[in-house]
Amino acid sequence: MSLSEQNFPKLIIPPIENLHRLDVYRANGGYEMYRKALTMQPGEIIDEVKRSGLRGRGGACFPTGLKWSFMPKGNDKPKYLCINGDESEPGSFKDRLIFEANPHLMIEGILIAGYAMGIHTAFIYIRGEYHRWVRIVEEAVEEAYAAGLIGPRMKETFGGSYSMEIVVHKGAGAYICGEETSLLNSLEGDRPYPRVKPPFPANVGVYGMPTTINNVETLANVPVILRMGGEAYSKIGAEKHPGTLLLGISGHVNRPGVYEVPSGLPLLDIINDLAGGVPGGKAIKAVIPGGTSMPIIRGDALEGVMMDAEGLKAAGSAIGTGGIIVMDEDTDIPHMLRRLIHFYHHESCGQCTPCREGCGWLEKVLTRVDTGEATSEDLDLLVDIANNIEGNTICALGEAAAWPTRFTITRLREEFEAKVKPTLSLPVLNRVHSLRPSAHEEAAAVSN
Amino acid sequence: MHDTSHSHEVIEQIPGQIEFSPDELARIEKLKALYPNPKSAIMPVLWMAQKKWGWLSINVMQLVAEVMNLPYSHVYGVASFYTMYFKKPMGQYHVQVCTNVSCMLLGGEKIYDHVCRKYGIGHNERTADGKFSLEEVECMGACGGAPMVAINEDYYENISIERLDQILDAL
Ligand SMILES: Cc1cc2nc3c(=O)[nH]c(=O)nc-3n(C[C@H](O)[C@H](O)[C@H](O)COP(=O)(O)O)c2cc1C
Ligand code: SF4
Ligand code: FES
Repeated sequence: MSLSEQNFPKLIIPPIENLHRLDVYRANGGYEMYRKALTMQPGEIIDEVKRSGLRGRGGACFPTGLKWSFMPKGNDKPKYLCINGDESEPGSFKDRLIFEANPHLMIEGILIAGYAMGIHTAFIYIRGEYHRWVRIVEEAVEEAYAAGLIGPRMKETFGGSYSMEIVVHKGAGAYICGEETSLLNSLEGDRPYPRVKPPFPANVGVYGMPTTINNVETLANVPVILRMGGEAYSKIGAEKHPGTLLLGISGHVNRPGVYEVPSGLPLLDIINDLAGGVPGGKAIKAVIPGGTSMPIIRGDALEGVMMDAEGLKAAGSAIGTGGIIVMDEDTDIPHMLRRLIHFYHHESCGQCTPCREGCGWLEKVLTRVDTGEATSEDLDLLVDIANNIEGNTICALGEAAAWPTRFTITRLREEFEAKVKPTLSLPVLNRVHSLRPSAHEEAAAVSN
Repeated sequence: MHDTSHSHEVIEQIPGQIEFSPDELARIEKLKALYPNPKSAIMPVLWMAQKKWGWLSINVMQLVAEVMNLPYSHVYGVASFYTMYFKKPMGQYHVQVCTNVSCMLLGGEKIYDHVCRKYGIGHNERTADGKFSLEEVECMGACGGAPMVAINEDYYENISIERLDQILDAL
């Protein structure tokens, strides 16, 4: 049976009309899981989330229960929860769907997370370009306030002594604000430079206080876990990365969009069945499986690749945000990479020299490659620059630029070779140069 | 990013006296009280100012500094970091064309070039009558609807050059 005919559970985006409205959400059991949470000890909730195996959906796949357990106990200091809705990784557009179709699920997740960690203030950070979705979330928050589901009146509504304030904060156009410590500086009203870690946000976060940062989709999974129980949730999809995933598929496919599916499905089936395959029945040249920062996979290496954290790791990539970009056989790969690196160059905050200068050099050399003015050595130079960025920067934007450069060039080298002038013969070999099959013959010729 | 600019219009001030109304000042105080530290209100206040005056001139940023009790240099430092805070006047209709990967694969660059030619303007420039401005934007989170264009606050997805022309010409 093809994937599109199977009835996968829709836990985050159930097919219910007007679910973004509070009355509809409540008629479908909304806010009852927060009520249930109140009957549990905070520690029990964290254990339940640990048992579920939930891993962060913001890109790094960090186990959510473990992250929550890093927060200090007790109430001697204020603690904060930040919800990361910056969603600016190219190829990612799934949090937007939660804002639009099921914002109260995220809000309920915030309440449960807040109660579990003893947090009384949460900030929902949403990218500025999402004007419309900021309004939808603001309205949902206002509606919940008016109904006494958040704010001081929630004590009357639900009983108990816990209450939570939620503030929606609108960004203003900067990819880097999705990096969690940059987000904290942005929220504080400073220039959003990422911070050096440690200290980690669980100890010193926003306003210098203990802070947890979670992605929108991560928190939307929390009420689902309480409803099903952690044990049952952990049985959905791939063992080491359980749950449903909101996969955004774009590029050369017949039916692009966001699909909610259990983790661990074959990537090729997702592309061919769910997304309807490539227009014109063309072959796939390459796929970026998790947003543009993640290593590209060749079209001829897609067989058997599974769509979950471990499956993609085995395939030499990573799941990131689950944004799948499909490129058909006619795609100009060097041009694609040039455009992509332009993005990272533009978005580098400029704090670290290797990232600030390195991204600029990458863009310059890639422009040369794309316009046919480069030589084969320039390809090695690009990999060399990428290797010198990686691991030498404050935040992971450095890697986010270095990875696509290195992996795209090494994995699809023939695409680049076809666009550059023949190699200049220099009598010195460098590391990557020597990976080319012809390099040994060239070396032999040089030494003769 | 660089402007392929031929018109070097540098207007640094909005002429005349600029100020927030008493209502707006009250809203600003409310915004400050929302956060543990009032400094956090700088982004929403910059948004308010941009809504009111259309862009953030030096005197607007000075006013924001004043109401926020912050040095002008700090306000400028924040405003200049973000692409969506305009440091020069933009058109009545700000046309944002995404050319990042998913849109590029489906013709985003052709759409961008078309709008450049249509109005004779480049990245972050506006037409002489002030009606349109153009920006080549990074991924807007609408890749499933690529290629996409945003006009002011509204997204138009699965757009074609023909359809975009219809929309623009009707404005
Ligand atoms: C450059 C950069 C951009 C990022 N952008 C986002 C983003 O837009 N949304 C997001 O949730 N996480 C983003 N992240 C990851 C966050 O730093 C953080 O890991 C995540 O929000 C944690 O939430 P989770 O544990 O629920 O996944 C980004 C990281 C980097 C390095
Ligand atoms: S790696 Fe790049 S984006 Fe990150 S802090 Fe350094 S300069 Fe800024
Ligand atoms: S690439 Fe254009 S909206 Fe994402």
